[in-house]
Amino acid sequence: MELNQLTAHELLEKLRAQQTTPEAILDSLYARIQKIDPKVKAYVRGQADRTPTEDRHACFLLGLPITIKDNICTEGLPTECCSKILQGFRPPYDATVINKLKKSGGVIFPLKANMDEFAFGSSTENSYFGPTRNPWNLDYVPGGSSGGSAAAVASDEAIWALGSDTGGSIRQPASFCGVVGLKPTYGRISRFGLIAFASSLDQIGPITKDVQDAAILTGLISGYDPGDSTSVNQDVPDYTKSLTGDIKNLKIGIPKEYFIAGMDTEVKMIIQEAVNKLKNLGALTSPVSLPHTEYAVPVYYIIATAEASSNLARFDGVQYGYRASSDNLIQMYKLTRAQGFGQEAKRRIILGTFVLSHGYYDAYYLRALKVRTLIKQDFDKVFGDFDCIVAPTSPTSAFKIGERAQDPLSMYLSDIYTISVNLAGIPAISIPCGFTKKGLPVGLQIMAKPFNEALLFRVAHTFEQNTDWHKLKPSL
Amino acid sequence: MKYQTVIGLEVHLQLNTKTKAFCGCSTDFGKIPNSNVCPVCLGLPGSLPVYNREALNSAIKLALAFDCQIQEHTKFDRKNYFYPDLPKNYQISQFDLPLSRNGYLNIYTQGSAKRIRITRVHLEEDAGKLIHEASVSLVDFNRTGIPLLEIVSEPDLNSPGEAFDYLNSLKSIIEYLDVSDCDMEKGSLRCDANISLRLSGAKELGVKIELKNMNSFKGVKDALTFEVERQTQLLEASQELVQETRLWDVEKSITVVMRTKEGAKDYRYFPDPDLTVFTIEQSMISQARSQLPELPQEKMCRFVKEYGLTEYDAKILVSSKKDAQFAESCIANYPGKDKKEMVNWLIGPLLSESNLRKIKLHALNLDKNELISLIGFVQRQEISHLCAKNILSQLIDTGKTARDLIQEGNLQQISNVDALSGVIEAVIHENSKSVSDFRAGKSNALMYLVGQVMKKSSGKANPKVVGDLVRRRLS
Repeated sequence: MELNQLTAHELLEKLRAQQTTPEAILDSLYARIQKIDPKVKAYVRGQADRTPTEDRHACFLLGLPITIKDNICTEGLPTECCSKILQGFRPPYDATVINKLKKSGGVIFPLKANMDEFAFGSSTENSYFGPTRNPWNLDYVPGGSSGGSAAAVASDEAIWALGSDTGGSIRQPASFCGVVGLKPTYGRISRFGLIAFASSLDQIGPITKDVQDAAILTGLISGYDPGDSTSVNQDVPDYTKSLTGDIKNLKIGIPKEYFIAGMDTEVKMIIQEAVNKLKNLGALTSPVSLPHTEYAVPVYYIIATAEASSNLARFDGVQYGYRASSDNLIQMYKLTRAQGFGQEAKRRIILGTFVLSHGYYDAYYLRALKVRTLIKQDFDKVFGDFDCIVAPTSPTSAFKIGERAQDPLSMYLSDIYTISVNLAGIPAISIPCGFTKKGLPVGLQIMAKPFNEALLFRVAHTFEQNTDWHKLKPSL
Repeated sequence: MKYQTVIGLEVHLQLNTKTKAFCGCSTDFGKIPNSNVCPVCLGLPGSLPVYNREALNSAIKLALAFDCQIQEHTKFDRKNYFYPDLPKNYQISQFDLPLSRNGYLNIYTQGSAKRIRITRVHLEEDAGKLIHEASVSLVDFNRTGIPLLEIVSEPDLNSPGEAFDYLNSLKSIIEYLDVSDCDMEKGSLRCDANISLRLSGAKELGVKIELKNMNSFKGVKDALTFEVERQTQLLEASQELVQETRLWDVEKSITVVMRTKEGAKDYRYFPDPDLTVFTIEQSMISQARSQLPELPQEKMCRFVKEYGLTEYDAKILVSSKKDAQFAESCIANYPGKDKKEMVNWLIGPLLSESNLRKIKLHALNLDKNELISLIGFVQRQEISHLCAKNILSQLIDTGKTARDLIQEGNLQQISNVDALSGVIEAVIHENSKSVSDFRAGKSNALMYLVGQVMKKSSGKANPKVVGDLVRRRLS
């Protein structure tokens, strides 16, 4: 096995035993990227300067590199959200998570991972730099919006990565690429330095090759940040201690609303097998109901676009990024935004502006907030009786590039099982649980109460240790 | 009056906190452009606001001074609009759950008190400053994010004069609380006005005109006065007014249209998801309450009660906090039995020195002990009142002691009959008309003659002694 194929915890052991060096790990990553990234396109903007690693050898991560999604601010490194409008933007500061990783001895990989522009999408086709491809089949999408991060991890172009999840943007690509992805509890991880899509839904999270790596990385980046009013001041447990392999008598709810018509029958079977596996491992499963699930997608597309329309207002060509030239201010604004934003960004800005407009606010935005509360209450009720909820991550496996690009509604529906979790603010993880006949991965989603990431890692780890799905590698 | 004027004011007040409303940048005025900035107040992608508790405390104090109800639950909202001085293209403000509502401010206007209701006081962030040069416009973000209080009054003001008095009362309270520099020229206090006219006795309000761009309290008064005139003329000519925003042009002393109602913006307010709904705990309110100083109105009542001042005099002394402190320290340290003596000096000669020099009472560079000493000389009839007024002026100019100035100028009052009789003889000789007037029973003539003696003796003669001597001489 090459170094780049190993997990972070395996490499940490080697580094600790001085059997390898951060430079050797970087070399193996660069060699891999050079060879296959022209096909996968997980990274954007091509070659970058190598980051010196020397000063970080002493800390926990011992100079281990981490791949970062293009919407997380990295000081001095381009951070453009894969949008033309942020062309040339190099933040003068690090996101809190980047700071934490650097302080832990991590090396920020200088190439940033591809994504749908401003995280608007479920396929990474909406990137200004062009689509990333699914390492398991290059004709298929890797999912999105953190498609670059997921594809890089799946194709061993990254050891591990950070993504962001607003409506499924970590879990769905993790599912499509056969890797592990966690959307932490809202407030668990600081959003400071994450370029906002929808502030009340966004969370940064890990995309990794196995559950142990996810537990390590989550522990490193979690915790209260006085710079983010929405981060929560709650102790961060040692998540690796939760990997006990024991899920006996754990009460798992299976929501009936997540197994509906229109769901891929193959995916349905794979998920049912996975549920059986959990039962065999000692868990107690019962059907449960999350009755407001059907409203999740419309509620999400009102709240998320409303917030996005305001969050993206700052991209106006005045201070940074792309500016269209005009001798007239209003014209400069208009041209900059017309030329700088892609189709999907424009669609969401217009939608969000509409739902906040005078005369429509009550009917759309305010009502959506009310239904959001109902969705959250659905989960509260179930978690009164159950430890966690298990469901598919997405109703299908990866779809073909271009297949849904012209049909935003069908694209939006690929997040139908992930969106409720963001609306409720709860944590959820996606882990590999099988493959379709075409050889595309399928993800199992596990959800828990707020701040119960430890339980997610325990269940996911137990499943993982008793299956081999996470060990399979795409042939590229 | 055929028409009633209806005015409501919207005041924006920069708080004098050390740091900005949502980041740790300094609020110092006059720094190099774009030096007091950070990713948060520049609205750089990924940055997040965190509210400043000091600003919240100042806001609560001011709200309490207006007797406003403090909301238990409050939140920040985003006011969305594009403008180059607004780096996020939205302003963090408060919309439907403002920090406080339903207060009032008592003002004194045309000799009587009037209660002006305060609709709301809320906290928001200031925008940057645009600097327009010949071919380019520049933005200075130093001001961006400075905490701003918006104080909105009900339309309870009925004349430009009342609006002017309201602003002065407001400023006085703000000074007492020391929450803002209150300097309209530096832009730390800004005021927009809404004005409409209606037929006296009518219930419905007339068409509302919003006025902006006034740079002083006087500017507010002038702009409102112009508007009353303009609107009256239009109404008299049976022309219809349209709801619009007008700008005050200080050079031409007129208002001009900025935008009409059709051009009104939809700000698409919604709760700022970066700043969660928060609770203002009772402890925070009681802490702010305990920090409230004695406010102008309370001080005025106390001055009336304790020192026997008239309301009118007390009002003059309390309008500035530091003046009131200076005055009170003078009165308290005055050893004489009749405190009124000191009060008369404060609101008489001292205030006219202050007005003459355009320097606040407390800033006159006058040691209260010297003032007390000076009044002592007058009380003991060692110098004349007139002479003392001159010495007061010199005290301020030179910083010398009253005793030294009296000695240097050889200004001891002359009460000696022998010393005065020569001067008196001369005056009687030179003013035969007044002498005969006095003898004809016109008592004013005596005052005139005494005045002439005072003049000839360079103010040193004791006017009481002179009066007696002249009367005796002519009777």
